Amino acid sequence: MTHQTHATTIASDGFELHPEDVAAIRHELAHFEQPEAASIEALKIVQRRHGWVPDDAIPAIARVLGLGPAAIEGVATFYSLIFRQPVGRHVILVCDSSSCFLTGYDDLQKALSKQLGIGFGQTTGDGRFTLLPVCCLGACDGGPAMMIDSDTYGPVMPEDVAGLLEDYS
Amino acid sequence: MTGRNHRPVYYSRILQSANERRAETHPLTWRLNDDGSLVGLQDYLAKEGYRAVKTVLNEWSGQDVIAAMKEANVGGRGGAGFSAGLKWSLTLQGGDMPRGYLVCNADEMEPGTFKDRLLMEQQPHLLIEGMILAAYANNSKFGYIFLRGEYVESARVLDQALRQAREAGWLGDNIAGSGFDFDMVVHTGAGRYICGEETALINSLEGKRANPRAKPPFPGQSGAWGKPTVVNNVETLCNTPAILLYGSDWYQQLSGDRTDDGGSKLYGASGLVNRPGLWELPMGTTGEEILELAGGIRNNRTLKAWLPGGASTGFLLPQHLTIPLDFKNPGSEGSRLGTGLLTVVTEDQSMVSLMRNLEQFFARESCGWCTPCRDGLPWTVKLLQAIENGEGEEGDIEMLEKLAADCGPSLTFCAHAPGAAMPLETALRHFRAEFEQGISRPRGVAHADPIPVGSV
Ligand SMILES: Cc1cc2nc3c(=O)[nH]c(=O)nc-3n(C[C@H](O)[C@H](O)[C@H](O)COP(=O)(O)O)c2cc1C
Ligand code: SF4
Ligand code: FES
Repeated sequence: MTHQTHATTIASDGFELHPEDVAAIRHELAHFEQPEAASIEALKIVQRRHGWVPDDAIPAIARVLGLGPAAIEGVATFYSLIFRQPVGRHVILVCDSSSCFLTGYDDLQKALSKQLGIGFGQTTGDGRFTLLPVCCLGACDGGPAMMIDSDTYGPVMPEDVAGLLEDYS
Repeated sequence: MTGRNHRPVYYSRILQSANERRAETHPLTWRLNDDGSLVGLQDYLAKEGYRAVKTVLNEWSGQDVIAAMKEANVGGRGGAGFSAGLKWSLTLQGGDMPRGYLVCNADEMEPGTFKDRLLMEQQPHLLIEGMILAAYANNSKFGYIFLRGEYVESARVLDQALRQAREAGWLGDNIAGSGFDFDMVVHTGAGRYICGEETALINSLEGKRANPRAKPPFPGQSGAWGKPTVVNNVETLCNTPAILLYGSDWYQQLSGDRTDDGGSKLYGASGLVNRPGLWELPMGTTGEEILELAGGIRNNRTLKAWLPGGASTGFLLPQHLTIPLDFKNPGSEGSRLGTGLLTVVTEDQSMVSLMRNLEQFFARESCGWCTPCRDGLPWTVKLLQAIENGEGEEGDIEMLEKLAADCGPSLTFCAHAPGAAMPLETALRHFRAEFEQGISRPRGVAHADPIPVGSV
């Protein structure tokens, strides 16, 4: 496989991939036999910079990988951690699987909703938090468990919620 | 403990202390530190680390490794129990077969399962060593650790460990002077439970939607990019170094005469137990022994039912606590070992609510390929919700039984649907009266025992 290594800006209908992101996506290509395999990582690279993956980013990514936009779109809509709508500055993932369900998920989810004034799938008015459910976080011995950005917490009691959120501005 | 400034940061814990864990009896965990801190490269090397790689790559053939794994009869620890040695013998390496891929399944998303995280976050080099040995046996040219996206700490620790291993010559060209080349990377996923199914995982790795693939061809014959591909669970791969160093007889006797399956196993417990967590125990340990280690049920509640190894295993009753938890015995009660981490249900928790929660998970995570799974599972959720609200109708239980039967083994493309059927079938069988209570009763008084709120 040969790939261009110099950083270039790839524009698409008003959306510009950051040159660093273009370089990062090209770097990913080296790990795989086919460019398609880098598509999920490419979406994650774009998401890391923008918080989510806007529609216009899809053709831009497709161009870097030398693929059709439909392939990227198909992948982007399948995976739950690729956000296709704007999210808040911090994403809260609350485990709604069995062990957490049995150890207090319901109270935790209610406390979060009350504190933030939003339900699942929503973002606070100040753009600070988005609240989402997630499958078992592999922290069942610490249920009920949740993540804020890349930090995992558990067991989280309703009275812990306010203090925890304070750390994320 | 709780209060404004209490930050309940989660980290993985093994609940046996270091002096209980020994090299001869606890091959997976004897190196772990009591405080949960990382076993780095220097610690790992000081504790026999990479000795198996050095010996085996220089003195054994790949076939010798496969023979040893077959003889040890290591059942896959990802939930299905397929013999790792047998899987490795199917890659048909040699001849004009191209060198293929080794994939570590680190997707760990089965509800109730939290074992692979411990091995990756605290002892990454054991997994790396196991993967080098598996790659050697299968003549794999490159490896991927397919890690779920939420395991941010695992990714950080593994990336660092891979860099160190590469610098120290354990990865790359001519590993340990043996002439064998192999390298690998961490590949992080982007959500969806179905990515853990091994053929869906391969599709995901290739950058496609994670729909399972038809078998045959098996991945060992034609997997990632059409090359021979071996997919094994984290814990399975972590067993390899000790087996090759100490032999299959040693491995077999780790489980004594409890079971025909050899080795040790990471067992665990979650739910309302006093000490939820993980233990490395002989294969064939019983639920009773595990519950005792977990300090019994919290707040003087009593045990009603338990899942032996994740959401896709069947419910067992208190009377089944004496069954050896191996690859065979739970089958006689319509269940299976699964991942070996117990989920405990107490007498005051509603089986109807729990079943609704489980089927919501399976319905949401269906990849949508087969009808009984795509359409049947949302229907079970609807029926269970109605029963939970006391609005069930005559015939609903029979319909649930039928929907479960339609999702039975070999009726769908992959094992996701059978996984959804097993807890449902066993719950209906053991707790039928609880489901009946939710039929044609006034809303709100249907089930006497909802999941307790605010009392855990
Ligand atoms: C829906 C579904 C999800 C699965 N998820 C995982 C998983 O997260 N981790 C895993 O190791 N195996 C998982 N498996 C099992 C894999 O398909 C496969 O059997 C396993 O990776 C083989 O490794 P082993 O033989 O070492 O256990 C899953 C299976 C199904 C049907
Ligand atoms: S059983 Fe379910 S998850 Fe598996 S292939 Fe069919 S629809 Fe997809
Ligand atoms: S069920 Fe919530 S972390 Fe596993």
